Amino acid sequence: MSLPASGNGPTPLVLEARRLVKRYGKVTALDGVDLDLRAGEILGVIGDNGAGKSQLIMALSGAMVPDEGEVRLDGKPVHFRSPIEARRHGIETVYQGLAVAPAMTIAENLFLGREIIKPGLCGRLLRIIDKEKMVSQARQHMASLQIGIHSMTQAVETLSGGQRQGVAVARSAAFARHVVIMDEPTAALGVKEGNMVLELIRKVRDRGLAVILISHNMPYVFEIADRIHIQRLGKRAAVVDPKRISMSDAVAVMTGAKRPDELPTDVLAH
Amino acid sequence: MELHLLRTAAAGPALAPLLALVLTCVFFATQSDRFLSPQNFSLILQQEMVVGVIAIGQTLIILSAGIDLSCGMVMALGSIVMAKLAVAGGMNAYLAILCGVATTVAFGLLNGALVTLVRLPSFIVTLGTMNIALALTQIYSEAQTVTEVPAAMTALGNTFSLGGAEISYGVVLMLVLYAAAWLALRNTVSGRHVYAVGNDPEAARLTGIATRRVLIGVYAVAGLMYGIASLLAVARTGVGDSQAGETEALEAITAVVLGGTSLFGGRGLVLGSLLGALIVGVIRNGLTLMGVSSIYQVLITGILVILAVSMDKLSRRKGY
Repeated sequence: MSLPASGNGPTPLVLEARRLVKRYGKVTALDGVDLDLRAGEILGVIGDNGAGKSQLIMALSGAMVPDEGEVRLDGKPVHFRSPIEARRHGIETVYQGLAVAPAMTIAENLFLGREIIKPGLCGRLLRIIDKEKMVSQARQHMASLQIGIHSMTQAVETLSGGQRQGVAVARSAAFARHVVIMDEPTAALGVKEGNMVLELIRKVRDRGLAVILISHNMPYVFEIADRIHIQRLGKRAAVVDPKRISMSDAVAVMTGAKRPDELPTDVLAH
Repeated sequence: MELHLLRTAAAGPALAPLLALVLTCVFFATQSDRFLSPQNFSLILQQEMVVGVIAIGQTLIILSAGIDLSCGMVMALGSIVMAKLAVAGGMNAYLAILCGVATTVAFGLLNGALVTLVRLPSFIVTLGTMNIALALTQIYSEAQTVTEVPAAMTALGNTFSLGGAEISYGVVLMLVLYAAAWLALRNTVSGRHVYAVGNDPEAARLTGIATRRVLIGVYAVAGLMYGIASLLAVARTGVGDSQAGETEALEAITAVVLGGTSLFGGRGLVLGSLLGALIVGVIRNGLTLMGVSSIYQVLITGILVILAVSMDKLSRRKGY
């Protein structure tokens, strides 16, 4: 049962948002926004402050419930009322604040909210955590993404910014089955650590996961994204191909200096 | 030396309070020859068992980045409820104890509900419930001490001999509760979630932790601890004291902070609070032995809590 609205792209759509609306009093944060995410792609999302990027991401990750509109996962409508429900559907989010507990260990942070419980009646009844198993699995996850941290019992606050980002990315990659959403993953990072995170994002995509990347950093987005969704005034202004469009044109659409229909048609992504 | 102490505080959360406890003991041992006797230590333990058990509940709340000012008054209300129901109401002693504990748990739930559902700061919520508990205690007891409580309520005050020291069953209960709280916080999902919520509530929520449930649980378990503490208070004094509860809140908070738990939440060990309670007890006992008037002990407790909080703040700043 294929829906007529989807499936007209070259690859199937993993995640679709249709006409999402979110109002806060008189402020309209999302004004009927659409989004299409294809399997195995990195979709960059750019937009000015207040364009509704964060709101869009919150709606997709279950952190916020839109007033109107529909979200479809693999063509089926889904209604996330909390981040947990989105996660149950295989959508993982790396939040801008990273959502880590700084005083807790790397292993604990990787399994925060889904701790491994010791087998046996006693373990299940009292919900006793299996620290050894969590540490060894954490080590595997971190190693598979080639994140160079070896002690999983180190507190996250002892890590550098890039390493913390690595922990947050490893957590989402370890549990995601469909989609990883990353909100400003390179914010506050130096060039070297920023590149390390880009490399991580590629590795996540190479595992077959679709990635949504929200970033202010245009060079990074242009370097890594397969397609770029330009968000403006609570709507999708255009979807462009980073290999064809110039960075200045993308910024012009983002800020409203150029209307999307003024762009040459070949820069639009198909 | 001071720098070294700070570093120790950062390295092992329970090491610094242990060192402080040993140093205070050494100091008072040089000031009074009666200090180092087994009888004196069993006295300190018995004096601290009420605050010690309250401090378990307070630790949970402070770990979750809250604070509970109502703990002392809620404990006093629990004592009066159980004592008066049994003595004046003629209720079965065990049932009366249960009613007293239910009262303190209800207060815990009320605090938890106001903090999570109405999203009020715990400081102001518990300031309010502290006064409600105080007033209820006075109204229900008519400001009278309840005497001649049934034997079942004083059973935990009975002692057994251990190497020349008289240990009360209440002290044993306190130690068992500390061990249980330590294991639960360290090894269970719920315990780790208390730390996670205290570290960063928004991060905890985003990782899928039911933060409200965790917080309400924390306040309810704290209420349970205050209920047990109210039974211990009746057991220790043999009466339902309508004037109790005034100093316990500050002493419990002092114990928790001296024990190395951060007032900012998410860091600390419940066993540290036991050491903290013992430090408070040792200082009070030592000053009494030295003949220092009790009002100075209050003064010193006040100074201690400010010192401990400052240490906490300074070591945090060093950490970042």
